[in-house]
Amino acid sequence: MAETVVQIQGLSKIFQRDSFSVAALEDIDLTLESGEFLCLMGPSGSGKTTLLNIIAGIDRPTKGQLRVLGEDVAQMSEDRLATWRNVHVGFVFQTFNLIPVLTAYENVELPLLLTKLSSGARQEHVLAALKLVGLEDRIHHYPRQLSGGQEQRVAIARAIVTDPTLLMADEPTGDLDAHSAEEVLDILTRLNRDFKKTIIMVTHDPRAARHATVTRQLEKGQLLPLGA
Amino acid sequence: MAIPIKYNFRNLVVRRTTTLMTALSITLTVTVFVVLMALAQGLQISLSATGQPLNVIIMREGSQSEATSSVTRDSLQVIRYLEGIAKTDKGEPWVSPELIVLINLPRRGQTQGSNVTIRGLGPDGPSLRPEFKMVAGRFFRSGLREVIVSKRISERFQDCGLGDKLKFAKGYWTVVGLFDAGGTAYDSEIWTDSNDLSADFDREAYSSVMVRAIDAGAVTRLSDQISNDRRLHLKPVSEREYYENQTRFAAPIKALGLFIAALMAVGASFAAMNTMYAAVARRTKEIGTLRVVGFSRGSILLSFILESLLIAVLGGLLGCVLALPVNGITTGTTNFATFSEVAFNFRVTPRLLMDGMIFAAFMGLIGGFFPAWRAAHENIVTALRSA
Repeated sequence: MAETVVQIQGLSKIFQRDSFSVAALEDIDLTLESGEFLCLMGPSGSGKTTLLNIIAGIDRPTKGQLRVLGEDVAQMSEDRLATWRNVHVGFVFQTFNLIPVLTAYENVELPLLLTKLSSGARQEHVLAALKLVGLEDRIHHYPRQLSGGQEQRVAIARAIVTDPTLLMADEPTGDLDAHSAEEVLDILTRLNRDFKKTIIMVTHDPRAARHATVTRQLEKGQLLPLGA
Repeated sequence: MAIPIKYNFRNLVVRRTTTLMTALSITLTVTVFVVLMALAQGLQISLSATGQPLNVIIMREGSQSEATSSVTRDSLQVIRYLEGIAKTDKGEPWVSPELIVLINLPRRGQTQGSNVTIRGLGPDGPSLRPEFKMVAGRFFRSGLREVIVSKRISERFQDCGLGDKLKFAKGYWTVVGLFDAGGTAYDSEIWTDSNDLSADFDREAYSSVMVRAIDAGAVTRLSDQISNDRRLHLKPVSEREYYENQTRFAAPIKALGLFIAALMAVGASFAAMNTMYAAVARRTKEIGTLRVVGFSRGSILLSFILESLLIAVLGGLLGCVLALPVNGITTGTTNFATFSEVAFNFRVTPRLLMDGMIFAAFMGLIGGFFPAWRAAHENIVTALRSA
């Protein structure tokens, strides 16, 4: 029986802009089982990224219940959240967000520096992650020496190096050409299919959505019914 | 584990021009700090290094220095036979009646002059000062208007070289030798025979009498005898204490140095702060990413403070290197106890260099803390959205 990874009930997020309140998310109910590949789609400003950020523990809901991997993420302190993210969540950004002064190897190693692994064990994990994304021959390259597609693959390696349960991808193909985008989506599909990673991906791209097992639409902060 | 230091180091290399400019502002501050402290320290060491523990200077009651003191020849006879005075090899009391006069001499390459102490010594005067040694020429002979000049004074004042003739009192005095007094206050003096000097200046009395006590206990006994003898109206003071008291004249230099360094430190700290604020602004998205990956606020704070400290350490090291060449350079100032020139060397000691580095680190810490605080408290979502 599949384990529930994300359970959301009546979740809302309201941003305060001067004297106005803007509801980014309204009364969201969502359940995600282990091993699912959820694609969140919707127009700009519909609240996709906000929902992703809240599930990943980098933003907090205004109200509602949120349990991720059985934990009440919204109630955790900042420092506890940081540790929790390091252990359970991998994040892939649209703009890759690699540290420009660190090599591919060092970028991937970053999350492992927060673990108790020895230097040798870290090396093993980093090389395995880079091999999985097909960049084992680029370990000493700096981000500026890599193509966009390669940068995103390094970012995926960084996201999976700690072997997290949950992988979050925010427009992972948004800055890539069609070929590189397909490569990245293939990797995400493989991570879901072969390594049973639970993935939540935000995208505008219908081609990207085809790689997901479930697609949900958001509109004006509301999650539309399944199949809408 | 904290964010690796190579992250900070490489960021500093990437923006090397800004790093260097900021480091240079700290360099300048540290250089000024070390040089001024080396000046104060040189003066302090020169004065505090002077004095043998068993030597006692006897001066007139109420005198602050030998220059304003007077000891009659009758008093000298009483002093010579006090109990507790050591004997010379010849079996005579180890005593040197001394006369201090100040003359104004022009500095080398300048028309402006400064007061220089001329010390007339008794025959046992040099042996009471074991740090004294001749470095050129020979010792003066009595009755011939001969002087010996300390090497430092010789380098700084006109007509003080070996063989030169100095005009003061009733005629010309020949410089027959140069001496070194081991970095003590005597390195700021010209020496001659006390009788020759008193004759030329028509002085009946001496300025002071220096005696050597047999042992530490005898120093106290001698002091008691002199203080209790109502005829003498003299006060004994240990030679070491006498010069230690004069080290207080280094305090204004030190205070001025600290004041100037503090003013400059404010500027340098702001430069470091400005650089670090710019670094934080430029790397906001990186900070957001590091937080997402799992680094805590504390790690971010530490990382940016460390980066500021790296700039400061670089600046501090350069500052210390720039200040090093002043070590050993001879300079001089007026000793306000004697109103005469005191020549001394800049002393850049390891302790002072350490102080310079601590000072630099302090500037880095102040300059780095607030930008680092901002970085650590950046909202993650806002940070990730930044360009």
